[in-house]
Amino acid sequence: MKYLCLIYEDETIWQKMPKSESDRLMGDYGALSDDIKKSGHMLAGEALQPTASATTVRVRNGTTLTTDGPFAETKEQLGGFYLIEAKDLNDAIQVAARIPSAKHGSIEVRPIMTFG
Amino acid sequence: MTDATTQVREIVESTYRSDSRRVLATLVRLLHDFDLAEEALHDAFVAAMECWPVEGVPSNPRTWLVSAGRFKAIDQLRRRATFDNKQSELTYELEQALRRDDSITTDDDIGDDRLRLIFTCCHPALALDAQVALTLRTVGGLTTEEIAHAFLVPAPTLAQRIVRAKNKIRDARIPYEIPEPSELPARLDAVLAVIYLIFSEGYSATFGDAVTRADLCAEAIRLARLLVQLLPEPEAAGLLALMLLHDSRRLTRTTADGEPVLLDDQDRSRWDRALIAEGIALTERALVSRRCGQYTVQAAISAVHSEAATADVTDWAQIVALYDVLMRIQPSPVVELNRAVAVAMSEGEGRGLVLIDALLERDELSGYYLAHSARAALLRRLGRREEAIAAYTAARDLTDGPQRHFLDRSIADLIEGAIPRKMSASRQLRDRIF
Repeated sequence: MKYLCLIYEDETIWQKMPKSESDRLMGDYGALSDDIKKSGHMLAGEALQPTASATTVRVRNGTTLTTDGPFAETKEQLGGFYLIEAKDLNDAIQVAARIPSAKHGSIEVRPIMTFG
Repeated sequence: MTDATTQVREIVESTYRSDSRRVLATLVRLLHDFDLAEEALHDAFVAAMECWPVEGVPSNPRTWLVSAGRFKAIDQLRRRATFDNKQSELTYELEQALRRDDSITTDDDIGDDRLRLIFTCCHPALALDAQVALTLRTVGGLTTEEIAHAFLVPAPTLAQRIVRAKNKIRDARIPYEIPEPSELPARLDAVLAVIYLIFSEGYSATFGDAVTRADLCAEAIRLARLLVQLLPEPEAAGLLALMLLHDSRRLTRTTADGEPVLLDDQDRSRWDRALIAEGIALTERALVSRRCGQYTVQAAISAVHSEAATADVTDWAQIVALYDVLMRIQPSPVVELNRAVAVAMSEGEGRGLVLIDALLERDELSGYYLAHSARAALLRRLGRREEAIAAYTAARDLTDGPQRHFLDRSIADLIEGAIPRKMSASRQLRDRIF
């Protein structure tokens, strides 16, 4: 079964932390990606640019409305994701718990819908 | 109806009471679907009602019911498959799986299935209120109406909670399994929390129908007994002990009008000695394992009270020591408050008051009426009447129901300068929390 692990965190912490620490964190991400590729969990994974680069698009009455920034203002922002294949929710939770940002942010684990 | 039929009907009914939850647990494992398993369970008992009077009661009714249930489920899936192609694949897979797995279900399997069911219902990925509802419904076998009534929520609301939980189990694929040893402690904590919440809901006689709420306590105790039997973990025994010790005082802790009776004022001769003996034995067993946690320590505190023949001979120094342990494993302002009361009883009101004042100054418990009423009781005992009245008033303004009447009377006693009935609202505190 496929799950999307959405990584939410305060995106400003990356600028706030010393370079040594962000290097270490990036290293942890690299190691995790390698690990879950080997274990067969990883289907895809990407990091996103900060929300300052985001654009929200809506279409109302046939008109496209474009606004600056993410859809919702929250303390934690979507910063990246892993799409994984897992046996069940427990298996997915174990992968999610190993995502480095889980220690300061939070990971939302969403099962992927399948259509008959 | 003939006598024989009546007799068989009674056997079916008693089998339902004793075994329906076990059969359900196994059917959920075999069918991977709560709703289908519940339907199959129902159909299996209908079949028993038809077959047993003719063919006789099978030697192992539980296995018979599991077997009947799984074939009824296949029938059910076949009927659905007529309308839906996707279902027909599923039916085929299930039939194949059932053929392969045609071994007689042993009692061990059934025990494991019940444990699987408990851990699935108490999965932390489900909302806590859903965990409680689902556990009572599927493991406990209460009806949706009974649970709704006990928790004072409309039945449709509760039914929806259960439906949502079942959907999440299915859609997010929450596995039907006993957790790995590495996850077991955290997952067991979640199960114990659900059971204790059920008990506490029944035990807090603040509102609601006393009879139904007593049922919740009985149900929580039954669940804990089952858990202890299936999974001999010390903390599970500790929780069972704690609930038994509380429950031993059930009849004496409120008046007929539902007003609280202080521990000191309770008629100790009416405490249930059998429950106390069992609770103490379980506590001791859990303590010697050295792997026990907060419930065991709380049970030990409750046991100290149970062992005191009268309130005056309570071993307060021992209780303070146990609170010190509890503060190490589960620090919280409420535990600190209880410890402060125990210190007051053991070392004098002044010592306790200093601790409570420090707690209130940190503002963590300023909205908690028991903190103010405990403080009031100590002030009264120290003869500081005006301050005691002010503290009782603060406590009263934070509560309602029988507690409020009790506090009103304490205030009135002080204003009239009457001699209080018993000098111990602090003991109300102990009683309510222990």
